[in-house]
Amino acid sequence: MATFFGEVISVYSRAVEEDDYDNTEEENEDDVQIRREIEEKREVHVRWCQVVSKALESSENLNRIHLIIAVGHNAAGFISAHVLSAADWAQVGWVALWNERSHGSKRPDTAPLPGEPGCVLYQQDSCPSVLICQCTGYVAEDQLFQWAERVLGSVQKRGLSVTVLSDCPLAEYKSPDYMTSSGAPFLRALKTSMHVGTLPCPLLELPNIITGLPAAVLSHCQVHRIPAVLFQCFTDVIHPDSVTMETYKPILSSLSASVKLEASPSTEILQRLTRINDSQSNIYT
Amino acid sequence: MFVSTEDTLPSFKGFTLIMPAVSVGNVGQLAADLLISTLSMPRAGHFHTDCLIPMAGSNPYVAAAEEAGQPSTNAEVYSRSDLKLAVLQIRTPVLQTKIKSFRKLLVSWIKSSAFSRTVLLSSSQAYQRDDQQLQGTALRYLLSPSLEEQVGEALRQLGWTQLERVSAFPGISDSEQRLYIPGGGITKGLYMDCCTEHLPMAVVLLFCSEGDNVPDAFALCNHLNDWLILVEKPAQGPAPWRIPPSWRLLFGSGIPPLLF
Repeated sequence: MATFFGEVISVYSRAVEEDDYDNTEEENEDDVQIRREIEEKREVHVRWCQVVSKALESSENLNRIHLIIAVGHNAAGFISAHVLSAADWAQVGWVALWNERSHGSKRPDTAPLPGEPGCVLYQQDSCPSVLICQCTGYVAEDQLFQWAERVLGSVQKRGLSVTVLSDCPLAEYKSPDYMTSSGAPFLRALKTSMHVGTLPCPLLELPNIITGLPAAVLSHCQVHRIPAVLFQCFTDVIHPDSVTMETYKPILSSLSASVKLEASPSTEILQRLTRINDSQSNIYT
Repeated sequence: MFVSTEDTLPSFKGFTLIMPAVSVGNVGQLAADLLISTLSMPRAGHFHTDCLIPMAGSNPYVAAAEEAGQPSTNAEVYSRSDLKLAVLQIRTPVLQTKIKSFRKLLVSWIKSSAFSRTVLLSSSQAYQRDDQQLQGTALRYLLSPSLEEQVGEALRQLGWTQLERVSAFPGISDSEQRLYIPGGGITKGLYMDCCTEHLPMAVVLLFCSEGDNVPDAFALCNHLNDWLILVEKPAQGPAPWRIPPSWRLLFGSGIPPLLF
C-alpha cells in the first residue's frame, strides 16, 4: 500500500497470504535445497556440559527435576540478582540458535558471554534437581516450537515440573476496568491441567492470552502432560527495573528448600542489570 | 499431530469435521467458536504442530478463570459423538514457510480419522470480487468431486451459490477461468489437496473485509445451519448462537472514568 507521501507500507493481514500461492507449488530443486539449508541453519540445539548430559541421560540421581525458565529481561534479571547471586550456581549448558535478530551461531560451540543475549542453563552443585534456564535472546516464531521440544525433551520427562517466568507490557493486559499504573506491576498465572498446588496470584483472566516462548513451553507441557505453571508479570516500565523483578519473589518461596533467595541483592548487581536504559534515554548525560 | 485429552484415542469414524481457514477477518475461526460454544462441545484433544505460531490462554468457553481447568492452545479438537460432529479450532496464523506441511498434516489426519466429510469455513476479500460476484448474496460454496455426488443437489435446492471461477486476465473474453480465493489463507490449497486425494470436502465462504467481523461469523453460521441443521432454528428470528466469554473486550480494555 502506498501513501500520499509515496512510502510503501506493508499492510498487516490476518489471512497469512494475500494471493493464492500458485508459485510455491512449482518449486525447483534449487529452491528446495535453499529452503532445506535455511531450515538447518535455523535449527535449535541444546548444548549441555558433558557431566550434566550424562547425568540427564541416566537420570538416576535426577529423579524429580524442577526446571525454571526465565524469559525476558525482567525475569532473567530477577534470576541474576535474587537467585544466582545467592548460591553456587554453575553454568551447565546453553541453547544455540540462529535467526535474523540473534546471530548466536557464529560460535555454535561457545556459550553466550555474560551480558550477551542468549539462553543459558544453570545448575547448583548442592541441589542438582533444580535447573534454571535464563533466556534473554530473541527466539523467532518458527523456532519457538522446536525450542520447547528440544529443551524440555533433553530433560527426563518423568517427574519433571516446569515454572516459567515472563513479563509483558501493562498495555497488553485487557480488563473491563480501566487499568491505572498504580496497580502495576502485578502477576497472573496460567497452569497446565497436571499442575497441583496453590498459586500466589490470580489466574489469567479471559480474553488475555500468552504468546511467544512462554506459550510454546506451556503448550508443550499441556500436550505432554508435564505439570507446569507460567507467571506473567504485567509491568508499566519498558526497561528492566528492580520493582518489577521484586514481583517474582513470592513464586520461588515454594521452592525455598532447594532455591535460596537473596532478599536484598546488592545495588551494584541491580545497577548493572538496569543500566541498559540509562545512556540512550537521557540526552543530558 | 493429534494428541488426545484422554488416555484412549477417540474415534471420529463417520463424523463431520468442521474447521476454519485462517482467512480475512478471521470469520471461519469466529464461526467455529460460535459452534463450539453453542453446542457446548467438550475438548477431545490438541492438534499439536510446529506449523502454527504458539499461543496459550485460559479455557475460552468458560467465563470464570478458576473453573477454566485446562489451558487452551493454538489448535484444539472439540467433539460430540451424539451429533457425530468434530470441530477443529485454529487460533493462530500458519507459519509462512510451513503452509504446505500444514496442509499435508491436515489431509493425513482427515484421512486417518475417517471423517465422513470435512467442512472448511473460510472467507475471501470482498474488494476483490468481480462484477458477477458483486450481485446477490456474499456467501459461496465449493464441493470436492466426491462430495458433489452426495450433496450437490441438496445445496442447489437450498439456493446456495457456487463460487464462480474468475478469468485470469479480466477483459479478455477467452482467457483461462480459474479458482481464485484472495485472503483465504490455505482454503484453495487444502481444497485442491482434498480434490486430488478424493476426500469429501465442502468449502463454505463469505466475502468480507477486515473490521468487526462478528456479524459475518453469525451470517456464516446461519448459512451453514441451513444445510447441516446443527442448532434447532426457532420459527421466528435467528438461531440462538451463544457468544463465548472469550469475545469480551474485543475493542480493548475499559476506558478511564475521568474522561467524562
